[in-house]
Amino acid sequence: MTTNALRRNGSKGQAGDKIFSGAALGAGILILATLLAVAIFLFIQALPTFTADPTLVSGGEGFLAYIFPIVIGTVIAAAIALLIATPVGIAVALFISHYAPRRLAAGLGYVIDLLAAIPSVIYGAWGYLVLAPALVPSFQWLSENLGFIPLFEGPASQTGKTILTAGIVLAVMVLPIITSLSREIFLQTPKLHEEAALALGATRWEMITMSVLPFARPGIISAVMLGLGRALGETMAVALVLSTGGLIPSLIKSGNQTIAAEIALNFPEAFGLRLAELIAAGLVLFVITLVVNLIARAIIARHKEFSGAN
Amino acid sequence: MSKRIDVKDLNVYYSKFLAVEDVNIEIEAKSVTAFIGPSGCGKSTFLRTLNRMHEVIPGGRVEGEVLLDGDNLYESGVDPVTVRSQIGMVFQRPNPFPTMSIKDNVLAGVKLNGKKISRSDADSLVEKSLRGANLWNEVKDRLDKPGSGLSGGQQQRLCIARTIAVKPQVILMDEPCSALDPISTLAIEDLINELKSEFTVVIVTHNMQQAARVSDKTAFFNIAGTGKPGKLIEYAETATIFSNPAVKATEDYVSGRFG
Repeated sequence: MTTNALRRNGSKGQAGDKIFSGAALGAGILILATLLAVAIFLFIQALPTFTADPTLVSGGEGFLAYIFPIVIGTVIAAAIALLIATPVGIAVALFISHYAPRRLAAGLGYVIDLLAAIPSVIYGAWGYLVLAPALVPSFQWLSENLGFIPLFEGPASQTGKTILTAGIVLAVMVLPIITSLSREIFLQTPKLHEEAALALGATRWEMITMSVLPFARPGIISAVMLGLGRALGETMAVALVLSTGGLIPSLIKSGNQTIAAEIALNFPEAFGLRLAELIAAGLVLFVITLVVNLIARAIIARHKEFSGAN
Repeated sequence: MSKRIDVKDLNVYYSKFLAVEDVNIEIEAKSVTAFIGPSGCGKSTFLRTLNRMHEVIPGGRVEGEVLLDGDNLYESGVDPVTVRSQIGMVFQRPNPFPTMSIKDNVLAGVKLNGKKISRSDADSLVEKSLRGANLWNEVKDRLDKPGSGLSGGQQQRLCIARTIAVKPQVILMDEPCSALDPISTLAIEDLINELKSEFTVVIVTHNMQQAARVSDKTAFFNIAGTGKPGKLIEYAETATIFSNPAVKATEDYVSGRFG
């Protein structure tokens, strides 16, 4: 009998390999199955809303008329949060990774990470008790001086519980996510590329724009997307801070609502069609998040050739 | 365009550790000077002090003077950014900016410090620099493609093009061929010979044949043992170093008896 000495014969290493690849495959499938299950659950439970008589849906004009204002409210709150948190987060991360003395950088890093661990109800309470009243004078000023812009149309809220306040609270909540992730990526910039820039006579800032930021770009986008995920889905802080109402363009008057807060505030008393409505709102939020992530992927993929991975 | 470098009583430290001790050397303008020596002897560290790149490593500092045509690089008030724009550097591993096209890589240093350059000037500078680096014919049809798509040898020549585009006085090369195959190495060595007509070139190399082939003068560095500072042992015409060195350690090293 001839045996091929090169043929594998059931060694231990092989078994380990099989177990690991099986486990990895299982984990991958589990994620997809969970996502699918969530989507199916939301769709089935929401179905009555789409088939119901439009006059019976909250507002009396059908589901689209009901959901449209709160979708816009959600997007406005998240957009405000990201507009504030992205530049600040990147700046703080750059300071920690490239400017601060090493000892200060480590301490600052811990503090930022700690911010992410604070429960959202605390942020909500802070926004409600401290930030909102403190913002009232600024809102007053905005309405008096920039009132001609629809975004700052008066009369300003006397409690400060507006969508702008909610957006600022969300920005503070999102900040640690963007900062910690960006910092990790900035620190991974190859020394080689930083030295290439410096050796050409680049200042520290030029070195950052030439080698650190381009290298970190996909990572920054991912960080912002994670932050956006939290801003879109945040419930407690918005529910506490925002004094809700119909869709209005002004950011400094009471009004607007977000999907997550709408669901949380109404869920305990909802039944029948109302429950289906809220779940349908959840489905819409799910779709928004999915679309946003797909767009982010597309942005990253478009620059693949220049990513340095080839 | 090219200046001489005089180093006087230079000690290089990393925090409290003395890495290179008491170097005195005069490097002529428009010449190629090679630094050779065993690993860890401080030749790369010393090279980096010539354009203040060693300061990038935390704790890196020097005592002594490095004079570029008489101007001390380490005088207070001298900005390392200015120093590095006059004394360029090519590294051991090719490091083109991966997110930039070939063209943008060449112009990277030129556009620094808020300098503007017209499109036609930019195009002619790109061509001139790439020709100067013997790379033009290979890349002229794909200037907008990423620099990271080139072969290792081409990337290294792109880095040289990027360095000469800023018109430095001196070009420092830190083992520029150690990551390259023999043919790319030959291309770089030919290039070094051409660069000599315009620039002062200082090259660190592990390869003694390379030092013998490309350099006019050679400096031999050595250390007495681990943890001891590196020292400049002998500095002379390359032919003298390789055929008739004055110091026994140099002879042992170039004849392959150690290192």
